[in-house]
Amino acid sequence: MSINELQEQIIAEFSVFDDWMDRYNYLIELGGELPGIDPKFRTDEFLINGCQSKVWLNAEYKNGIITYTADSDAIIVKGIVALLVRVLNKQKASEIMNIDLYFIDKIGLKENLSPTRSNGLLSMVKQMKLYALAYHSKYEGNKIN
Amino acid sequence: MKPTTNIDIQKIREDFPVLHQKVYNKKLVYFDNGATTQKPQSVIDKINELHSFTNSSIHRGVHYLSGLMTEEYEAAREKVRSFINAKEKSEIIFSSGTTASINMIAFSFGEKYISEGDEIIISEMEHHSNIVPWQLLCERKKAVLKIIPFDENGELIISEFKKLISDKTKLISVTHTSNTLGTVNPVKEIINIAHKINIPVLLDGAQAIQHEKIDVQELDVDFYVFSGHKIYGPTGTGILYGKQKWLEEMPPWQGGGDMVDKVSFTKTTFNSLPFKFEAGTPNYIGAIGLAKALDYVENIGVEKIKSYEKELLNYSTRELNKIDGLKILGHSKDKISVQSFIIESIHPYDMGMILDKLGVAVRTGSHCAQPVMDHFGIDGSLRASMVFYNSFEEIDILIDGIKKAQSMLK
Repeated sequence: MSINELQEQIIAEFSVFDDWMDRYNYLIELGGELPGIDPKFRTDEFLINGCQSKVWLNAEYKNGIITYTADSDAIIVKGIVALLVRVLNKQKASEIMNIDLYFIDKIGLKENLSPTRSNGLLSMVKQMKLYALAYHSKYEGNKIN
Repeated sequence: MKPTTNIDIQKIREDFPVLHQKVYNKKLVYFDNGATTQKPQSVIDKINELHSFTNSSIHRGVHYLSGLMTEEYEAAREKVRSFINAKEKSEIIFSSGTTASINMIAFSFGEKYISEGDEIIISEMEHHSNIVPWQLLCERKKAVLKIIPFDENGELIISEFKKLISDKTKLISVTHTSNTLGTVNPVKEIINIAHKINIPVLLDGAQAIQHEKIDVQELDVDFYVFSGHKIYGPTGTGILYGKQKWLEEMPPWQGGGDMVDKVSFTKTTFNSLPFKFEAGTPNYIGAIGLAKALDYVENIGVEKIKSYEKELLNYSTRELNKIDGLKILGHSKDKISVQSFIIESIHPYDMGMILDKLGVAVRTGSHCAQPVMDHFGIDGSLRASMVFYNSFEEIDILIDGIKKAQSMLK
């Protein structure tokens, strides 16, 4: 599925929820299901420090495709991390680097990615795109998209 | 059963417009008073009135409005003086807040009295704003920072403090009341110990001034600092009280207008106290708003506030302790109505996010006191900080919210 198809899929899933409690319960469930990051990446080097909660992110590149693994010490934050990974994992670097993640707003989680929250999520999105940009320019720099 | 109280809580709440609103369609429960307090209508009206009718730069105008404004600004200084019972009005310096006041002392006192190898004592329970200015000073002067530890109840270990004092100690700067643990420190005892060997003491009163009567002469404290916005006044206002003998000896730390006597390119002489430390156009409207807030607190009565807040503390301690897996940080004998707590296997931020959706505003994280979190080996905690406009019913809403969040996060 393309990134935008996945975004639409998540928007459809969230559309059945009536209130924030349903949404949060679902995020808690998603957070619980997301496999934790390999302990070797659960270090300061891979830490995106948000001051309120911690997020760890690793990205690996193979044949134009990026594989993300991520984790958080807070479960609701981890649920949002799971959504971001679901949308961007195994996608093309060239697509990730400029993507508009409009689903966040549509499912009512915009406030959680606001710079005022300092929970690491906004920085995580930036870091995911930065990885894509870095790998793209390293391995695909001379290609024309 | 709720405790009975001698305070008309409904009437008081009417004075604070912010409190009467809904967030996410839920009644707002504001328990983030340790971060900042809400403003009574009288303060809001005063600021509005000054901006609407009186605004004019102080101390230098020949005209009517400037005269009026200067009078009110200086009356605000007198109000602060009487509120903390300072001896002289000139000992009251207006600043932008506690942080600015501490930095001002760190620069000015540091410039004059601190040299290589000298020692400054702070405590393990300080807010970052009473740590970092001293670290910066120590770096500049190659001085040494020493730390008084606290025990399992969150009380400073005075015997350890005594051991830290040496003939190199030049200043002791401790918090009067901890923003995280709620501990009210034995500051009188600390000052007595320090003064026996002529070491001056600075008290960070940011979390004390709104909870109890402060008398700087009775304390015999050398410097006392606090913020206006934590005592129901406007943001960007603060006080530096200093004994006249220190302030006279200390050099100005910022240069500019109003703090000078004569300026020429060969020599500039400085204005007298308190103006020597108030360079540039001050936040005079804020200062007058702060004085109005002090009026408000005095009208209710500091002792009345203190005894009601003690009830809030006792009630919330009892109710929080009933919650499975909840641990309160800080059990000092003398404590303000601040509750920091952690809950087994629940991240404070998750709990805070759910409480937020229930209309309950708490603080999560390290509360700008990371060494305190390190002491307990945790990354952060939740903090509910209550003041006299909070009610027992609001504590019930917090407790129900915690239980609800617990059931969601299990």
